[in-house]
Amino acid sequence: MSLLQKLGVSAENLAPEITGKYIGKPISRVDGRAKVTGNAKYAAEFNIGTGILYGYVISSPIAKGKITAVNARQALSQKGVLNVFTHENVPGLAWFDRSYQDQDAPPGGSPFRPLQSDEILFSQQPIALVIAETFELARYASTLVHFEYEVKEELNVGLELNLYKAKKPKKHRFPVPKPRGDAEKALAGSVVKIEEAYYHGYEHHNPMEMFASTVIYGDDDRLTIYDKTQGVLNSQSYVKSVFGLSEDEARVISPFMGGGFGAGLRPQYQLYMAVLASLELKRSVKVVLTRQQMFSFGHRPATLQKISLGASAEGKLQAVINRCYSETSTFEEYTENVVNWSGQMYQCDNVMLDHKLVPLDLFTPLDMRAPGGVTGMYALEVAIDELAVKAGIDPLEFRLLNYAEKDQNLDKPFSSKELRECYRQGAERFGWNKRNPEAGATLEGNNLVGWGVATGCWEANQMPSRAKAMLSADGKLTVSSATADIGTGTYTVMTQVAAETLGVAMEDVLFKLGDSVLPMSPLQGGSWTMATVGSAVKLVCDQLKAKLFKMAKKVENSPFGNSKEEDVVFADRCISLKEDAQQYLTFTEIMRKSKVNYIEEDTTSLPNMLEQNEYSRFTHSAVFVEVKVDQDLGTVHVSRVVNAVAAGRIINTKTSRSQVLGGIVWGISMALHEDTVMDDNFGRFMNTNLAEYHVPVNADINDIDVIFVEEHDDIVNPLGVKGLGEIGIVGVAAAISNAVYHATGKRVRDLPIQLDKLL
Amino acid sequence: MINPREYIEPGSSWPLGHAVPDQPATHTVKLNINGQDVHLKIEPWVSLLDALREYIGLTGTKKGCDHGQCGACTVLVDGKRINSCLTLAVMKQGCEITTIEGLAKGDELHPMQEAFVEHDAYQCGYCTPGQICSAIGLINEGIANTRDEISELMSGNICRCGAYPHILDAIEQVKGVAGHE
Repeated sequence: MSLLQKLGVSAENLAPEITGKYIGKPISRVDGRAKVTGNAKYAAEFNIGTGILYGYVISSPIAKGKITAVNARQALSQKGVLNVFTHENVPGLAWFDRSYQDQDAPPGGSPFRPLQSDEILFSQQPIALVIAETFELARYASTLVHFEYEVKEELNVGLELNLYKAKKPKKHRFPVPKPRGDAEKALAGSVVKIEEAYYHGYEHHNPMEMFASTVIYGDDDRLTIYDKTQGVLNSQSYVKSVFGLSEDEARVISPFMGGGFGAGLRPQYQLYMAVLASLELKRSVKVVLTRQQMFSFGHRPATLQKISLGASAEGKLQAVINRCYSETSTFEEYTENVVNWSGQMYQCDNVMLDHKLVPLDLFTPLDMRAPGGVTGMYALEVAIDELAVKAGIDPLEFRLLNYAEKDQNLDKPFSSKELRECYRQGAERFGWNKRNPEAGATLEGNNLVGWGVATGCWEANQMPSRAKAMLSADGKLTVSSATADIGTGTYTVMTQVAAETLGVAMEDVLFKLGDSVLPMSPLQGGSWTMATVGSAVKLVCDQLKAKLFKMAKKVENSPFGNSKEEDVVFADRCISLKEDAQQYLTFTEIMRKSKVNYIEEDTTSLPNMLEQNEYSRFTHSAVFVEVKVDQDLGTVHVSRVVNAVAAGRIINTKTSRSQVLGGIVWGISMALHEDTVMDDNFGRFMNTNLAEYHVPVNADINDIDVIFVEEHDDIVNPLGVKGLGEIGIVGVAAAISNAVYHATGKRVRDLPIQLDKLL
Repeated sequence: MINPREYIEPGSSWPLGHAVPDQPATHTVKLNINGQDVHLKIEPWVSLLDALREYIGLTGTKKGCDHGQCGACTVLVDGKRINSCLTLAVMKQGCEITTIEGLAKGDELHPMQEAFVEHDAYQCGYCTPGQICSAIGLINEGIANTRDEISELMSGNICRCGAYPHILDAIEQVKGVAGHE
């Protein structure tokens, strides 16, 4: 309770408008110079030339069965090959499943344990690690290790082939709401209805940087681990519990990450492998996965949604049913929030939602940018479009007609929801009122032109986090928290918040992250970092201010004898009286006169759950898309996108625009490109490389316009921010699907929309 | 390189495996990188990318696929942009190799580096050195004049964060200034 009260104080301290010298400005990244000069160091780039050993992972060529024999003799006979680790020579490690469960592990499962069993559970399972003095040698020696297998013929892959095995998960991370009203009956009584199935297949994150861990074996037998991760503390606790190490024996560092998108929310197996080899050999070891191996772990699960919608003749939504089937592995139950959006986005009194899992012989799926949200909103927003078409109502008007004023899933008001304004501003910028209501009727040269709209939505969460701040007598401020910057701009925005709060220049602030010795912070994911770490940074700087002001009042001849904190201004490294700016003390004077060299605060910021739980807290967006479809070839080009986003306060308009822009590119990718193709006979993905696993290249991306709609929210967190990591992607695939329908009159209900589906 | 394991029949061996001699076959290779001569003792099959990253410690050049499919490893060789993962180091003796580390003059960034910072033409920064080298190579080629042409000819460099429009803004700015000189 005391901590909650503390937080209450911090919320009070925050002026309703954070006046911005830095906040809300288009500020270039503080780490930009490091990134454009090649000085930013990623996980595989430390301690080069220090005799570090190279590990090369061997992946299983079969999807299911047993390893019956291993022969590493030829590999080991190579001069410079130190060891080949397989299940036959890996030492006994932690016994219980919970030791392998990281912060993002599905509850109650048995996480995969590399090299601990002869059993093959999925294709490309890591089955050996070759350690050699050079990368070339390790890679070559990996070709000399011989395995024999017993292949299990009965293989369960392919979601639709295995639907009959669908079951309810033991524990859903996002409980599916109980039915409300009578959806079946309401559907039967609806004048306008649709019943369709929507599908997307497997997708892999494929950040540009491949997973890598560099483990430095110290003279004191301690490990310093440079890991590609979205949470150094998650990697550290995994290594600690699996290998029985203490906090001091395993420090994890990750100053830069070459893209995550969710892939780094769980420790990947190269971390386990590198630590294992380092401990066994008492040497420093580096393990980098290959691009092919980037397809060997978690992915966005293939998901099928059977949706029925019913509306009155006037277009009022009367029934929503969504029955969802998504895949999981045989050893963990991965769940995500796919169906809840169907009960939340539109006003409807009769809703039935269901989500079942189908266990397949694949690795466990893993959160991938807007997990569940992009999937659920894709299907719902295409279904709504279909219903609008059937009702003969403009799809934007249809959405406004069924606008949800409150969250019926939770029966709570929204903390803020400027979605109507998103629709309005987006439509205006896009020119929606000029839309031809008829589908397949607009021709431009040889291209059919179509316009589509869809809604986006994502959670606005805040998590507990700690932060530390130190102000030295020379006016330099160091703030730290063990969070990450996976490209989202954490370094920059936290520097802005700290500088703004304390009244120092950004150049005088150093924000440190990505080190397990720093104060606790949750995984970077779920769009919550700004809200979570930002609030902690704000709080700790506020506490530093209070401390400094207290000191300033005690200084001899202090101009602030009787003043309160609200009577003074912190700016330009000075405290001055609001009434009389000539009455001031510099930070340096205060500390010199108080005979201290620095002051320090360390604090925990907790979400004000009592207040937050009264509300439903979400980010919203309206996406407008124009596509051009070649009528002979069926090729689709997204020629224009306008995405209007209401995400609370925007801290940095430059990096925020990049985040939403990137999200839109991901949406285009999901709609038109991305698809990991499974060979159902062998249970293996067939296109495990960047030439055949298509993601957009520069020429695939055209005109993209991002609008930030003004939104005030003092419930979500003390900063009033809602996060931007996911919202940009949500809704884009649906808007494109709807635009393709409008262009061609053909409704494609499985992604990606490739040309064969339009011919 | 394709992972040979994926093509091995159980019990058999990868045919190329035996074509490689057991004993190391190191050569002394002399490379000119960012204006400096570097002498390396490496095997002839070490790629230029791995030579830069693992033997010289110039890790600014990135490995994104090791297959010539992503462009993250782009460097300039005699002013031309190439994928350093598809080139053996030994083949580039006597050439002028420029990496991302060789673009700034002391504290002064190359205009393309400045433009990338100004336009936020990145997020995670991993593809950025390749994008910048590729963009400089593109300007050297002198054949891309419109935004569409730049976009087409920058399509060998994947940016998974999706910064493409900002990358074009940055290149257009540098090209524009260069064109007026």
